[in-house]
Amino acid sequence: MRHLMSPLDFSVEELDQLFDLAHDIEENPAKYSGKCTGKKLATLFYEPSTRTRLSFETAMLNLGGNVIGFADAASSSVSKGESVSDTIRVISCFADICAMRHPKEGAPMVAASHSSIPVINAGDGGHQHPTQTLTDLLTIRSLKGRLSGFTIGLCGDLKFGRTVHSLINALLRYSDIRFIFISPVELRVPDYITDNLRKLGIPYQEVIKLEECMGSLDLLYMTRVQKERFFNEEDYVRLKDFYILDPAKMSLAKPDMLVLHPLPRVNEISVEVDQDPRAVYFKQVQYGVYIRMALILRLLEIA
Amino acid sequence: MLNVGKIEEGFVLDHICAGKSMEIYYQLGLDKLDCTVAIIKNAKSGKMLRKDILKVECDIDMLNLDVLGFIDHNITVNVIKNGCIVDKRKLELPKEIRNVLRCHNPRCITSIEQGLPDIFVLSDEKNEIYRCRYCEERYTPTSHTGRC
Repeated sequence: MRHLMSPLDFSVEELDQLFDLAHDIEENPAKYSGKCTGKKLATLFYEPSTRTRLSFETAMLNLGGNVIGFADAASSSVSKGESVSDTIRVISCFADICAMRHPKEGAPMVAASHSSIPVINAGDGGHQHPTQTLTDLLTIRSLKGRLSGFTIGLCGDLKFGRTVHSLINALLRYSDIRFIFISPVELRVPDYITDNLRKLGIPYQEVIKLEECMGSLDLLYMTRVQKERFFNEEDYVRLKDFYILDPAKMSLAKPDMLVLHPLPRVNEISVEVDQDPRAVYFKQVQYGVYIRMALILRLLEIA
Repeated sequence: MLNVGKIEEGFVLDHICAGKSMEIYYQLGLDKLDCTVAIIKNAKSGKMLRKDILKVECDIDMLNLDVLGFIDHNITVNVIKNGCIVDKRKLELPKEIRNVLRCHNPRCITSIEQGLPDIFVLSDEKNEIYRCRYCEERYTPTSHTGRC
């Protein structure tokens, strides 16, 4: 039995097979509509996350399965003080597979170690969010046709943004990738990541202005400055609108550059950009459902 | 010069960084053992100028070499039997240490989950970096251990 705690839990070959499966689901949804009949997914969300939870639930429903679970800790037995290890032992008796989001880092790993069903980490604090990374990789692979040989700009909160850290780590396994980190000095990517890039001989640049690098990017990964990661309101207010991607900046980009965003968006991409065919962040949401369907099938050993 | 007598059976921890022996005494849990312990501080040393030494009269199995290796793998462990050194144990950085350190990340699951062992895993041997197994928070041994 396998779990998914980090995007690196799967080898590059296994990920390729998973992406192929997701691609087949996209092409032939009817073929998979009854694959999980009689199976139940438990969504254990100890903190609110409408998007990720609904994506998991949609994935299971698309496969013909059912969904149980809770959407916040207040409506679960955790409010009575139940431990994660006890909760998962109980849920293992009800469901066939589980997706867990928890504000405490490492909670899904604790759950996995006590579980008799596969556990998917649906986000644990600022630590990991592997299905978002798999979504990002599938989106790039599907729309660019490859996962190597490009320049990717990552923009916004590169210090606290777990999706960014996770995506960088996942891309390190592919060849000929160049990184451009676009952030204010206060939100630069952590040293351990740049240290690792230097050690591996992977080229990267750090810039402050988005305009400086727009023309050289094949992919632009925008992120939101997340209020919940700041201890100081003043710092958040000062940095939240540092980057706004608008049509003027898009005019500097290559005609085939793609803009990705893990969503939700606040102000960092103006709504006018939504009309640009290079803005693929809503397609990315759809790929999120396909990859979660593929993941459920793979972990349940159905496909 | 102060003389501390030989021990008959037990172990001698030599080349402890000067001034760190009391920390090691507690970290090894020697305060909880009912045996003779001699703590020698600031002894003269050719190699280190000053060093601390711990002499403990108990079975070597009572000593957690993993913990000691984590605290300072440069310490020499001499095993004593019948008043003579019969073995010298080489310490290594353990791959994993359990229930020695607490993770200080307030967002780590160890901060709320009861009965969860504290586990740190060696993630970078060259730079001696340990990370919490659950949240991967970095732990730098030099700031909390017996090293010079």
